[in-house]
This record gives sequence, structure tokens and C-alpha cells, in this order.
Amino acid sequence: MKTIVGLEIHVQLATRTKLFCGCSTDYRDDEPNTHCCPVCLGLPGALPRLNRKAVEYGLKVAKALDMRVPEESEFARKNYFYPDLPKAYQITQYDKPLAVEGTVEIEDDEGHEKIVRITRVHLEEDPGRLVHVAGASKYSLVDYNRSGIPLLEIVTEPDMRSPQEARRFLNKLRTILEYLGVFDGDREGSLRVDANISLEGSERVEVKNISSYKGVEKALTFEVTRQKNLLRRGQTVTRETRHFMEGRGITTSARGKEEEHDYRYFPEPDLRPLRVADRVAEIDLPELPVARKNRFMAQYGISLNHARTLTGDPKLADFFEAVAGVDPVLAATWVADTLLGELNYRDMSIAAVPADRIAELLDLLKSETITDKAGVQVLREMLDACAAGKPCEPPAVIVEREGLARATGGEFTPIVQAVIAANPQAVEDYRTGKKGALNFLVGQVMKETRGRADPRELGRIVSECLDTGGV
Amino acid sequence: MVTESDIEHIAELADIGISKDEVPEFTTQFNAILDYFEVLDTVQGESAPAVGITNVFRDDEPRPCLPQEAALANAGSTEDGFIKAPRVM
Amino acid sequence: MAGTLQFSPDDRYNAFITTCREAPFGDGALAGTAVAVKDNISTAGIRTTCASRILESYVPPYDAHVVGLLREKGAAIVGKTNMDEFGMGTTTETSAFGPTRNPADPSRVPGGSSGGSAAAVAAGLVPMALGTDTGGSIRCPAAFCGIVGLKPTYGRVSRYGLVAYANSLEQIGPMARTVEDVSRLMSVIARYDPHDSTMLDRPYDHQPSAEIKGLRVGIPEEYFGEGVDPRVAGTVRDAIGVLEELGAETVPVSIPGMRHALAAYYVICTSEASSNLARFDGVRYGPAVDTRKSWHEAYQDLRLELFGTEVRRRIMLGTFALSAGYAGRYYAKAQVARRNIKEDFERAFCDADVIAGPTMPTVAFRLGEKTDPLSMYLSDILTVPANLAGIPAISVPCGRVDGLPVGLQLMGRQFEDERVVDAAFAYEQEVRA
Repeated sequence: MKTIVGLEIHVQLATRTKLFCGCSTDYRDDEPNTHCCPVCLGLPGALPRLNRKAVEYGLKVAKALDMRVPEESEFARKNYFYPDLPKAYQITQYDKPLAVEGTVEIEDDEGHEKIVRITRVHLEEDPGRLVHVAGASKYSLVDYNRSGIPLLEIVTEPDMRSPQEARRFLNKLRTILEYLGVFDGDREGSLRVDANISLEGSERVEVKNISSYKGVEKALTFEVTRQKNLLRRGQTVTRETRHFMEGRGITTSARGKEEEHDYRYFPEPDLRPLRVADRVAEIDLPELPVARKNRFMAQYGISLNHARTLTGDPKLADFFEAVAGVDPVLAATWVADTLLGELNYRDMSIAAVPADRIAELLDLLKSETITDKAGVQVLREMLDACAAGKPCEPPAVIVEREGLARATGGEFTPIVQAVIAANPQAVEDYRTGKKGALNFLVGQVMKETRGRADPRELGRIVSECLDTGGV
Repeated sequence: MVTESDIEHIAELADIGISKDEVPEFTTQFNAILDYFEVLDTVQGESAPAVGITNVFRDDEPRPCLPQEAALANAGSTEDGFIKAPRVM
Repeated sequence: MAGTLQFSPDDRYNAFITTCREAPFGDGALAGTAVAVKDNISTAGIRTTCASRILESYVPPYDAHVVGLLREKGAAIVGKTNMDEFGMGTTTETSAFGPTRNPADPSRVPGGSSGGSAAAVAAGLVPMALGTDTGGSIRCPAAFCGIVGLKPTYGRVSRYGLVAYANSLEQIGPMARTVEDVSRLMSVIARYDPHDSTMLDRPYDHQPSAEIKGLRVGIPEEYFGEGVDPRVAGTVRDAIGVLEELGAETVPVSIPGMRHALAAYYVICTSEASSNLARFDGVRYGPAVDTRKSWHEAYQDLRLELFGTEVRRRIMLGTFALSAGYAGRYYAKAQVARRNIKEDFERAFCDADVIAGPTMPTVAFRLGEKTDPLSMYLSDILTVPANLAGIPAISVPCGRVDGLPVGLQLMGRQFEDERVVDAAFAYEQEVRA
């Protein structure tokens, strides 16, 4: 049974001011109702003024997604009553969106390239935020700081075939938006998704208000299971809107008024139409993920997997390029595999890591001053310091203080000899051809030298000692 | 021709209260007005794209916001800097 | 020479909703001049009610652009004038603060919706006032009260701070006893404001001139036809005769789209109003809402209680006209009709420099006379075309019928406010002399 998924993605654009007024968009962590003016509070008589930057950002996205920008675009009022919507209408775009008909390339579940078609993108304003107060008397508290934050709504065709594809699409889209510099994915709530999902031949269900990337896959997976179970039991899927309960990982039906909305759209009389099609040609796009991935492979000689990982986030790609100097392949391995793993473990952002220190660490590794194992130890100390907001010491200082410099051959010959002497059984096993015995002995030496020796080199020395019987 | 139940439905759509005893009068008046509006059926022509000024923009420069007291000054009830509203569900 | 103006008028006609006993003023072209402001124009620190109970205690935290301009030029803002609730009416009887009476005959309405501004000027309480005109709301009361009122070209005066009723139609405009004062006030308020995206930077800097020799005055047959009191039509024809004596020539013109004008106007203004007025929910301003009720229940109850009948009727009409299944028949058709009328005027203005006719089809109604909404709407037939077309239109007193004032309406091309002012000025100077 084929799964059919289409997405509507609401992205907060990273402008300095709101879509229709000069209030700052930097509202997170601030007191409620402190980023407001007559316009975004919807006070009587206030009039919207369109932010040029928001339109430019929208056009940039349109160009990056290879979209067509119609001759004329227009804002409209979407009328509905809700306490977070101060004017009782949302200024959005309806039948004349900013751009139409685009594409995004993703990998399907078999790893093949596939195209997800973009139906349209349009600009609209974010409503305020409601806090629900429970208890004896239930009511809502409203904060209009978010009211008027510019959103770009991106609507796809129903081209995705699994929850995993939907997630890959979102990751790809997010990367493109970050490359364009129009979006800050680290901001809480900066990307929200409504998903349409159906099983082939059945009714479509809309799942609203998914506010994380992981949430999309989770919500859709839940829905696929729920809908399949319904059909298996001989029931039918009802066409409806459902809400995703992030905490419980389930969707629940949103029955009632919400489903019978008549938004009574009409053109916003307080704003003039846009004629911006001819401006698209002037937009200089930055290097986008696919181009950068290809360049990374060509220029640095790194693997497809490393290139893909490194270009998945523009900040990570920039970081890599800052440290790639001495040995790009070494740098790619360390950044894409080791560093990224350590960052994920600590829930840290790459932005918190000083590139110059990592470059120094790569130098120590390249010059074989320290072993890989010691390198990881140094890296962890550095990241722990960064995470704690402490100054990051130069790796050489840490190596010195912790005595992590690579031990040289002569330095550990006595240790090798001691280990051989202390493990006659293993020596005997080795001589009778049991290969595991060598690893055991090397491991014992490693333990004694606290990772300062290179395991391969140690292996060579230990087997030399054993073979020549040079004890 | 709209009926009394249409009028009640329109009031619901407009989210505006209407008292029972108003409904008959509103219905009569609506019908008279809608009869008059029928003249629009004879309008000739297609809607054309908007003309006149286009592309009116503001630069992305932050401006001062209202102080919180001013933003809340006209609200009937507030709590901890929030504006209080009836529950939605 | 900044100072404070003491203002305690004998407001026997109920022209004001709020008066400012001590009105500060500054230097400038209007230094110390008392100006009344219609109560749908925001004034920082002075409550702005739109004559509605729903905004009874609303005090805006900001000034409308025009109010800022008035203060800048030294005017003393002495009060907020009565009006039909949210501008929805032709008589100033739908005000939650009681009707205004017509100083020319207190048993009559002053017209509306800027009836308070017109009455304050006509009664001599202030020399000039601001009104707003969505479908005739400046010109109708000017005509009924025997004063001068100008609805500027759409986009010439900032709407920032004007509590919206029908955004695409309405303009703030000057009202005064003389054309000269209307022109003076216009030159203060017609200044570019980036807050209003529908505005064009076309400041008004004009001294009225009575020289109208060779002016082509278009006479549309539709303005003298059915529904127009023949005595009013005759009075206006006489006034046009005066213009001819001054060297103007008359040409017949036609606005065939007039037959759709009123329906188109009411569909558009109620549609926009249904959206504009939805924000009055008692949450951000207005009385405390009852949080024991659910949102929709509290919202509906509040609007039933605090909006007048005409306001609720228009909100419902507009909601209907925009609703799924009906928008094509009403809203979309009205937009086509509107464009046709605009084109009719453009054609007419090839042959004529201004177009003349009566402002209102009758003289002022008696208080309580218009009880049926449709018959009230029909009286706007001669004023709404200028709003649909976005063109300037002035009403200047041109005689009396039954002892009640009649207004001559002069309409001009877009952004030719100066020309309609000159034509009105020429007429006024001639009949005053």
C-alpha cells in the first residue's frame, strides 16, 4: 500500500524586524508583550508596511528552488477569530503567491535521487503565542511578541512516499534555507510543519503543528500505522485534521469548528501588489549544498559520505574549510566522524567550537605527535571546556599537562618486555599460531602506556620481540 | 432569498451575536438589500489585474517598540505581562 | 507663541463625544486654531471611541499621522466629534452617544457619518474640523449643514491612525465654513506618510484661485435623474449656471456604471468592514472579557452587547458577501463594477475638467425618518461613485430648499484636488460677493 505525503512548511525568516512593522524579531527569552507596536498589536488605525528584506529572502528561496515568480503577487486577508490573531485576520498570500512550481532533489528510500515538487511559496505573518492556564478557571494568556514575525510557507506536492523521505526532504530544505542565510534553524519554533498523509486509495489526513524535524517522522509513522490498522480492521480512514502531541508521539482528532472554516479571503486593501519577477535575475545565490558537496570531493579529495555530512549544515561546512588546510582527508574524518559525534553527545553546536584550536589538534595528529586515541582525549577536554563556557586551552598545552605525547619505540621497549615476561601463556599461544594472542599483548602494553603509543606500531614491536625471542 | 436560519448561520459565521427577536427583522432587511444587490448580476466585464503603484517597501531597520505598560494599557485584564483571554476550547 | 486654548463650547447639538477643556497648541500655520477631530481618528491620550460602546474607554497610545501634522502646525485639538458608529450611517443617528442635531434645523439630522464635525463647524464651535469619507461621510453632512467639505483623492491623505471601516474607499478630509479654510486645512494634512502604503507623495500646497474661465464642467445625466428631489436638482442647476457666468462651459457626460455603484459600494464596504471590525474582541482593548465563558461565546456575547444594530447588520452583510459560494456573485462582481465606474469617470474626464451635480438627492432628513436600512443606503447614491473611483470631490453650499442647505458637488480627476477646490472657491466667491 503506497504512502503519500505532502508537506506545508512554515519557516520563520531571519529578518531583523517583523513582516509589517519595525519591531525587533529577537523576542525569545524576553518579557511578554515587549516587542509590540500598534501594527503587530492590531490596534485600530494601524497599517502594515511590508519588509523589503522578507520579500528578498522569499525570492532568494524561490530562485534556489528553481521556481517561477509570477508577474504579479498580492497579499490577502485570511479571516478567522482566535485570541492569538490580533487583527482577527492573518495577512497572507492566497491566489497570487510569491512563487510557484519548484523542485528539491532528495534521496529516496533506496538511495536513488528523486525530485519533490514544490507547489508554491508565500509570505505571511506569524500569530502571537497562547499560554493555556489550567485549574479551576481555565483561560489563556496571550503574548504578541511573536505576532508579525515573517513566515515563508513552502508547500510541496504529495511526492514523498514514506515518513523517512519526508524527514530527508525537510533536512534538505533546512540545509538550503540555512545556506541562503534566510533562516536560523537553531531558534526554537523557527520551523513548523503541517503534513498531509494518505494511503493510496484512502482519504487524506492533515496533521497540524509539528514543530520539530524528528516530530515529522514520528507523527507520520504514527499515522501510517494508525491508518493501516484502520484498514486492516475493515474500517475507513476519515478525512480530517489531527493534531500531533509531541510529548506522547501520537496524533489526535481536532473535531469541530476548526474543520468548517470559511476564511473569506480577499485582497489586503492596505498593501499594494508586488511586481518583483524581474528582480529574480539580480539575485546572487550562494553556493548551494549540492554544488558544495561536489566541490568538496573534487577540491579536497574526500569521500562522498564525508562531503555529504560536512555540507549538510553550512556552519559545519565552513568549519571544515577553516581546518582543512594541512590535511583535508584527515580533517574530514575528524570533523565529520569524531567531532560531530562528540558534539551530538553533548548537544552542542559547531558554532561553540574554536576552529583554530581544532586546526592545532589536527597538526598534532598529522605530525604524529599524538595518537588518534590521545587526540580524542584532547578533543573531549577541549569540548568540555567550551561547553562549560571556559576558555579552550591549546591542545599542545593539554598534551603537555596530561603527558599524552606519543611514546617512541625505545621508550616502551622495557614495557613490552615486562608484558611478555608477565604473560607466558599468551606468548605460548602466539607461538602456536593463535593470532588473538598478539592483540591481547598489544592491549596490555596500550593499557600501560595510556594510549600514547600507536597500536599498529606497537603491534610491530611486540611481534618483533616475540619473533626474535629478544627478551 | 435568505431564510431565518440562513441569517442565524451568517451570524455564526460572522461570530456575532444575534438575539432571537431580531432574526425576523434582519431577515426581511437582508432580503430587501440582497434584492437590490441583484443588479450586480448585470455587471459586464472581467476582473483585471490591479493597476497603480506596486512594490511599496519598508527597510528592515528596527524601530522602538511600545513599552509593555502601553501595550497592555487598554486591555481589560492582564496577568504577568500577558493579556488575558477566554479559553479557546 | 505656543499656549493653551480654553474650550468649553455650548454643545447643544451634541456635536462632540469628547471635549478638551484645555487644548495646548504650538506655533505654525494653524497656531492657536481650534480644530475638531472626528472620533474615528486616533489621538494619543484622548479616547477614540468611533461612537461605539465597544471602544468607549479606548485611549490610543499613538497619534494618527494627520493629528501629528495638526499638532506640528500649531493647531489646538479641542475635541472628538460625534459620528455614526464606526462611520456606518448617513445621519449620525447610529452613534452610541446619541444623535447629533443639525444646527440649520435641530429637528433634522446633520447627515453622516461626520455629522459631529459638520455640526461643530456649522454651529461656529470650531472654524474647521476633520471628517472621514468612505461613501460620502464628509460631503453629505457638509451639504446638510451648509458648510464645505472635501473628500481628497484616495492616497493623498494618510489613513494611518484612522480606525478602518472600508480601507479601499475612505479618506480623511477637511471641513470648514469656507473653501479657503478647507484648502488651508488640506495643505496641513496632505503630507506624505510612509506608514500608509496606499499613499502617493503628492503634497497639497495650493492657494485657491477663482479664475475658472474655460473650465469644462461635465453634467452627468445620472446625477439629475430618478430619486433626486427636483427642487434640489434645480438649485444645483442654478449653481452650475453661476459657474457658466464665470466663464465655465458645460458639457454633458455619462457615468453608465452608476446603476451598479450603490450595490458595488455596499458590497465592498461591508466586506472590508466585516474583516476590520472582527478585531474588536474585548481582549486587547475594551472592557474585560468574561473568562468564565469560552472564547467564541464571550466574543459573540460581547459583540451583541456592544455593537449597534447597523454595525452588526453590515458585518453580517459583508461576511455573507465574502463567504464561500457567494464571493463570486457579490465581492468579485462589485470589484468589476468598481473598475467600470472608474473607467466611466476617466472617459468623462476626457471631455470635462470637473463633474458637477448635487451632493445629496434631498435635503436633510428629519431625525428618525430613515428607519429602513435600504432607503438610508439609497441616499448615498450620488456620493459613493467618487469613493469607488478614488477621485476628489467637494461639497460647497449652493442655496436652500425649504430653508435647508443644499450642496453642490464637484468631482475632479485623480490628484486634481486643487481644481475642484478652485471651482468651489470661484462659486463661493461669486455668490458671497
